[in-house]
Amino acid sequence: MSFEVSIQHRVGERAINLAFVSEERLTALVGPSGVGKTTVLNCIAGLARPQRGRIAVAGEALFDTGLGLDLAPERRGAGYVFQDARLFPHLRVDANLRYGERLAPSGRRWIGHADVVEFLGIGHLLGRWPATLSGGETRRVAIGRALLSAPRFLLLDEPFASLDAERAEALMTLVERIRDELAIPILLVSHDRGEVDRLAGRVVTLR
Amino acid sequence: MPDEWSVVALSLRVSLLAVALTLPLAYALAWLLARRRFPGAILLDALVHLPLVVPPVVTGWLLLVLFGRTGPIGAWLEAQFGIVLVFRWTGAALAAAVMALPLMVRAMRLSIEAVDRRLVEAARTLGARPWRAFATITLPLSLPGIAAGAMLGFARSLGEFGATITFASNIAGETRTLPLAIYSGLQLPGAEAQVARLSVISIVLSIGALVISELLVRRAGGRRAHVL
Repeated sequence: MSFEVSIQHRVGERAINLAFVSEERLTALVGPSGVGKTTVLNCIAGLARPQRGRIAVAGEALFDTGLGLDLAPERRGAGYVFQDARLFPHLRVDANLRYGERLAPSGRRWIGHADVVEFLGIGHLLGRWPATLSGGETRRVAIGRALLSAPRFLLLDEPFASLDAERAEALMTLVERIRDELAIPILLVSHDRGEVDRLAGRVVTLR
Repeated sequence: MPDEWSVVALSLRVSLLAVALTLPLAYALAWLLARRRFPGAILLDALVHLPLVVPPVVTGWLLLVLFGRTGPIGAWLEAQFGIVLVFRWTGAALAAAVMALPLMVRAMRLSIEAVDRRLVEAARTLGARPWRAFATITLPLSLPGIAAGAMLGFARSLGEFGATITFASNIAGETRTLPLAIYSGLQLPGAEAQVARLSVISIVLSIGALVISELLVRRAGGRRAHVL
């Protein structure tokens, strides 16, 4: 079982009701913009708290109102690649990459710093400040930072948006490799039908 | 000249102690007011700003009531630790600290509010507990505000007059800081030159503190925006 989500969440006028179970390695969450896809990711990562429901990933319960369970974000093991990347502006690229790496329990690490740097082709960026990176570079560093925190699962929020075709293709190949070689559950939020059809084993629609 | 220098040395000592005392408290208050919603927040905000709006003499009188040798805090401090503040340079530092607090809290609060909460959230998902996320994200990113607040507080402390003369009195060599020495000089015939010298020193020190604070803020802000 990779993702098991059943939540009721209300933010102001907007209500989110979503329930799905996915056994697939890569699950896509689609739906019109403004419907609350990012909010669902925030609920899974522990950054937003649904009024009611249960969230389990890879067989481990993270949130369950019935049981009074609500793990803190730092204990959920989410590798969250935010749509706006959120690199730390006061740390150089290398320090950004090492931020989560240093905090990860050593027994849970499944990929090394050198491997991630090579995998993402970001070796030449390590000494740079985040403000000096292009959109594609920023995205790759954000993915690297998430991978190095030894996540138990990945949450990717529109990772290919606003990239040129070549960069998007390279990143998609990368996500395919993560999906096939690293075998950790991935939840992908996307607008693009083509991306979803290509990558996802299961598509969940949020209305 | 030696007279002037001892006044300057005393003023610097008083202001440095005042800022050192206030810095952690001001930052904690700024963080609370910027990041937490709690009952009494408005009241706390008003209390912090009180010295800014109340006449300094009244603040000095309140300090006298609270920290005087018979006041509740003053009596306790003397009984427990043998600390007496009234008519001492440490009392002048306390008066300066209370007067500097609102300015320091304001500067720091603005810089904490300017730190994007979403960066703190990102740190949490990467495995940082709240305290670590604070120490590695919020604190360093609000550093320019801390520096600016400290310098502003320092400049304010250098200029403190009303609360100081009320609470700590005007004792040469003990509590006679720059503004008090200037005031005393004005009472004496023939001290015009001394008053002028002290005033120039005051202006130079205050402008220096402001320029340093401005430079610190620019440097911290510029480092990230520039290439390499």
